[in-house]
Amino acid sequence: MLNLISLTKLLGGEKRIRGGVHPDGHKSLTAGKPIDGGFPLPKKLFLPLQQHVGQPAEPCVKVGDTVLKGQLLAYSQGNISAPIHAPTSGTVVDITEWPAPHPSALPTPTLVLEPDGKDLWAELNVPEDPFALPPEEIALRVGAAGVVGMGGAAFPSAVKLNLGRRSKIHTLLVNGGECEPYLTCDDRLMRERAEQVVDGVRIMLHGLQCGKAKVGIEDNKPNAYAAMAKAAQAFPEIEVHQVPTHYPMGWDKQLIGYLTGLEVPADGRATDVGVLMHNVATAYAVHQAVRLGRPLVSRIVTVSGRAVDNPVNLEVPIGTLMGELLRYCGWRPDQTQRLLMGGPMMGDALPHADVPVVKGTCGVLALAAEPAAEAQPCIRCSRCVSACPVGLLPLEMASRIKAGQLDGAVGYGLKDCINCGSCSYVCPSKIPLVHYFRYAQSELVARQQAQHKSQQIKRLVEDRQARLDRIKAAQAAAMAEEEA
Amino acid sequence: MNTRNLQSGPFARAEGGVGDLMRLVMLALAPATGFGLLIFGWPALLLLIVTLTSALAFEALSLKLAGKPLRPTLWDGSALLSGWLLALSLPPWAPWWIGCFGAFIAIALGKHVYGGLGQNLFNPAMLARVTLLVSFPLEMTQWVEPAPLLFPHSPGLLESFRIVFGHAPIDAYGGATAIGLMKTGLTQGHSPAETLAEHFSLIPALIGYTGGSLGETSELLILAGGVWLLHRKVITWHIPVSLLGTVFVLAAFAHLANGERYPGPLFHLASGGVMLTAFFIATDYVTSPNSRTGQLIFGAGCGLLIYVIRTFGGYPEGAGFAVLLMNAATPLIDYYVKPRIYGRDRKGRPLELENSRHDRR
Repeated sequence: MLNLISLTKLLGGEKRIRGGVHPDGHKSLTAGKPIDGGFPLPKKLFLPLQQHVGQPAEPCVKVGDTVLKGQLLAYSQGNISAPIHAPTSGTVVDITEWPAPHPSALPTPTLVLEPDGKDLWAELNVPEDPFALPPEEIALRVGAAGVVGMGGAAFPSAVKLNLGRRSKIHTLLVNGGECEPYLTCDDRLMRERAEQVVDGVRIMLHGLQCGKAKVGIEDNKPNAYAAMAKAAQAFPEIEVHQVPTHYPMGWDKQLIGYLTGLEVPADGRATDVGVLMHNVATAYAVHQAVRLGRPLVSRIVTVSGRAVDNPVNLEVPIGTLMGELLRYCGWRPDQTQRLLMGGPMMGDALPHADVPVVKGTCGVLALAAEPAAEAQPCIRCSRCVSACPVGLLPLEMASRIKAGQLDGAVGYGLKDCINCGSCSYVCPSKIPLVHYFRYAQSELVARQQAQHKSQQIKRLVEDRQARLDRIKAAQAAAMAEEEA
Repeated sequence: MNTRNLQSGPFARAEGGVGDLMRLVMLALAPATGFGLLIFGWPALLLLIVTLTSALAFEALSLKLAGKPLRPTLWDGSALLSGWLLALSLPPWAPWWIGCFGAFIAIALGKHVYGGLGQNLFNPAMLARVTLLVSFPLEMTQWVEPAPLLFPHSPGLLESFRIVFGHAPIDAYGGATAIGLMKTGLTQGHSPAETLAEHFSLIPALIGYTGGSLGETSELLILAGGVWLLHRKVITWHIPVSLLGTVFVLAAFAHLANGERYPGPLFHLASGGVMLTAFFIATDYVTSPNSRTGQLIFGAGCGLLIYVIRTFGGYPEGAGFAVLLMNAATPLIDYYVKPRIYGRDRKGRPLELENSRHDRR
């Protein structure tokens, strides 16, 4: 029977995985160490008003205000946004521009908080039983707690839960894949706080009025799988699955395909096939928000890389400068060739470490050495084609983009590219394929905007001409009338 | 801290570059080449050296004329590999100018005219081989019987220089390939069985102790190299399997239908350049399709053409022609055979939602 199952897998049953690569994990650097909660409170916390996809939050405190831990500092604005809370008690000392954790490190409006060292919680609004709350109340509470996607996407979780409540969801998928090299914060979270994660999953199921959850954990994390399976034992509605270690297994559509066999249409969302996906760290944040009434004010961050002496997972207040984290872990700046937020496959390169940890920061990596990457001509080896999980032809897209034929690249699926980096990873000619695609995608957006603008101008000109014609016609008519 | 390379990720790269791939292919060719040099002696070694050095020289010259830097491309192994493959497909005692002219066609006309590495439509080595075959049919079909190095009847070094660089005594050329004899035999009214009985036995043919091109005779050593390349993931199974499979199936069918007229599949697989073509030539990245399905079609097309040319064509061996013809078809295959994009149907339209799929779970 077992053989039959693996045979159907081999023959390309529903669990076939397309493309993907197997980068060196480097996870042993931090996977064996418990989450370190001993990080001392920093002198200052820097809280960018935009830590999520969507509109920036609007401050509701002013410079000089003293605040308690968990107190609202900035409220969400618009449909897609998330509020920001004080990570500890202290004083608001500034609302200013500070470099954002982004490759450009351009200054962004940032609230600066000086901790008083007491770490006093504000009064929290805790329900006695989350499951007695009406389902729609769950999304409200999650939204009010400022929870966003913790896997790095930083999409406001409440918006997703609301969306899920409106369209019928048959399965809630919980992503414990953590396929990026170096990162182990989800692994440790699942090992050490599996019950809380499972509780968060149950609360989300209640909020979605959905009967089934599937947790996917890559099979390179057997301890996390065991802990989660044990914690979920009492809840038959939660299935914990092992999935192959395979980048990009954390891509929602890859995991959806593997765990449910469903394929999301190109212009659709996961909810269109009745699935919603949240990260395990998000589930934990939901548990904290609804069960304990605690807003999202801290997170677990993997601090790793060969230029760090003591790589570890740290639980830190949001707003901590990355440089302080790195120094706590024995950072060797002179040996750091590259500083990353997130994993090496899809993470962002940072020009310096004076940027804060935000809600979506799952890793801070100081990489010591990187293979030299002098691009050579494409030899059409088609490794990129095999590696693409989406089924694109990266080499054809890149050659079109290089020749300035953006439309040609679109014909090969440029708009479907998820920038996962699998193609660049395998390319023996070291061609920066993702670089090309990101450039071309942004160029397309710019073109679209320009076209929109020129259409608007054209309409205005036409309107004006029509108006002038009308006036002229009216004048002519009046003259004709006068003459008559 | 170094921020010189600040750009998009990924910031991890698989090991191995273009040069590494080329080196692995050459390593995989080494056993069959070594065997060829052993059984065909000094002249074969001289010819190989001529072909390799002239391939490098024409590569350098072409790069210089194109105003490109020499260093990265000259030593990435691609020119050396083209020269090497060409040498393996030549008669082992061919005169020096065959190797030199072949290298010119392969490198200058086969590759750099199109814009250099990665731009060419045709496999350089096969382009050279076919051009030579059409232009110099006499020199290109003078086969020798194996004359292992240092054996009494094998030529010494001095005589080898005369064979390759001067005018060789004609009686040195004694042999013919089984596949050529088969063709001749058929035209003279001999059945394949007669020819096979007289000139072909499977085991020596597989080991390669027969007349033939410099590096094509030992099917077993080539197969071993090819399997090793598969194991090292330098090539995938798609082209070799579909090529060899097609030749096998066609030959088996024809042989079953009329054994008097058509030799069996093992003869086809064990003779000529079919094995080298399947693993080392048709699998050339640049000139074969991108998608796995496209590669299956490409391999099958090569196999079909090899069989058809060998069986019905005017030349005893069809591998070179077959590869070139399929090279020409590669852009077409790539145009029509693309992987299906996630979330879209084969025509590129977004998938439609099927409600039935929801109920299944």
